[in-house]
Amino acid sequence: MDAFIEQFFNLGVMAKAFPLLMRGLGMTLLICLAVIPLGFVGGLLVALARLSRSAMLRISVRILTDLFRALPPLVLLILVYSGLPFTGIRLSPFTAVCIAFFLNSSAYYGEVLRAGVESIGSGQWEAARSTGLSGRDTFLFVVLPQAVRNVLPDLVSNTIEVVKLTSIASVVSMTELLYSADMARSITFNASPVVLAGLIYLVLLWPAVRLASRLEHRVGT
Amino acid sequence: MTAASPILDIQDLRKSYGANEILKGIDLAVHAQETVFIIGPSGSGKSTLLRCCNRLETPDAGTVTVDGVDLGDPRTDINAMRRRIGMVFQSFNLYPHMKAMDNITLALRRVSKKSRADAEVLALAALERVGLAEKRNAYPAELSGGQQQRIAIARALALEPKVMLFDEPTSALDPELVGSVLAVMSDMARAGMTMVVVSHEMRFARDAADRVVFMDHGVIVEQGSPGEIFGQSQHARTRAFVSQLER
Repeated sequence: MDAFIEQFFNLGVMAKAFPLLMRGLGMTLLICLAVIPLGFVGGLLVALARLSRSAMLRISVRILTDLFRALPPLVLLILVYSGLPFTGIRLSPFTAVCIAFFLNSSAYYGEVLRAGVESIGSGQWEAARSTGLSGRDTFLFVVLPQAVRNVLPDLVSNTIEVVKLTSIASVVSMTELLYSADMARSITFNASPVVLAGLIYLVLLWPAVRLASRLEHRVGT
Repeated sequence: MTAASPILDIQDLRKSYGANEILKGIDLAVHAQETVFIIGPSGSGKSTLLRCCNRLETPDAGTVTVDGVDLGDPRTDINAMRRRIGMVFQSFNLYPHMKAMDNITLALRRVSKKSRADAEVLALAALERVGLAEKRNAYPAELSGGQQQRIAIARALALEPKVMLFDEPTSALDPELVGSVLAVMSDMARAGMTMVVVSHEMRFARDAADRVVFMDHGVIVEQGSPGEIFGQSQHARTRAFVSQLER
C-alpha cells in the first residue's frame, strides 16, 4: 500500500512537477481557445451546407463529415502533421493541431448545430422573412440563437470532449498538460504527475459536466 | 400612378404542388383602405393566395403587384417590398427568445436601418396601438395567445406597411381571447389600413369587411359586400359554405 501511494500519490513529486504542469495547463487552455471557436465556426458552416438548397454541396459536405467522424482524431493529426510535408506544406505543431481539430470538431459541432437548426419551425423563418429580414439576418438573429439554446447540452458535451482530446497534441510534441505530466513522469520514474494531471482535468471539466447534465434536465422538462 | 390604381393587384395567379393545382388563375384587386375578407373551405387555396402576396410562396404563373411594383420581377428587392407588406400568422410566430420590444425592433433595425433608440420609439407607438405598451419587456411565453397575436400585429404595423395580410389570425386562439385581436383589427380598418384577411369570423367580417371573396378549389367563386355573400348569395356553393359557418 505504501508503495502504491509512493508511486501514484507522492506529494513531494507532485509539488516538484506542479510548475511544469501549470505551464502545460496554460498550453492546453491556449489550444482550447483556438480549436473550440474554430470547431464551432466550422460546425456552423457544416450545418449551413447541410441545410443548403444545393444537393451537390449537401452531399459533398456529408461525405466529408462522415469521413472525419470515422477517422480517429489521432490518425488525422498524424496525417496532417507528418503527411502534409510530403506535399511541400510544412506546418508548425500548433497549426497542425488547429487544422486536425478543425476538421474533426467541425464535423461534430456541425451535426449538433444542424439538429438545432432543424428543430426551429418554418414559422420562425416565415415570420422573419415577412418583415423583410434577409435570409442571413433571419439565420443569425432568429434561428441560430434558438437553435443553440435547443442543443446547448450537446454543445457543452461536445466541447468537453474537445478539451479532453487536446491531449493528443502531445504526439506532435506540444507541451500541453498531459505531455508535461508524462515528461515529469519519465524524469522522476513516478506516476504521480500523471495522477495530478488527471486531477487538474477533473477540476477543469467537472463544472462543465455538471452544467451539461443540468442543461439536459432543464431542456427535458 | 393614379389614385384609383390598386395597392394589391393579383392577375391570373397560378400555383401547383406537384400535380395538385392549388390556385387556378386568381384575379383580385385590393384598393387603398379596403378591408377584404377571403373565405372558403380548407384546401380552397386562400392561405396559398395570401402567401403569394409577399412571396413566401413563389407562384407558377401570373403577377402580384404591390403599390405598383411587380413582386415577380427579378429586379425587385423582395426584402424591401416585404417590409411594406405586413403579415400576421395563425400561430403568431413571435421570436420566443426575444422580449416583445425586441420582436418589433429587429426588422426596424436590420431592414429599415433605424438606430436602437428610433426603433424603440416606433415599436412603442405600435405597442400602444395594440394596447400592450406595458408588456414591452415580456417574453412571448409570458403572454396569452391574444396578447401574442397583438404583439405580432404590432411587429408588422411598426414597419408602416401599405397592406396587411392576416392568415387566420384568430383560429389558434381560445374563444375568450378572440375579441381583443378583432378589436385591434377593427381599429386598424377604421384608421384606413388596407387589409386582406383570411378568416372565418363571420360576424366580424359583416362589421369590418368592405368586400368578401369566396374561394373554392383554387378559384374565386364570387365576391361582393358582406350582405351579398352572407345574405343572398346566388351560388349554391357559397350558400352551403356560409350555412356551415353559421352552425
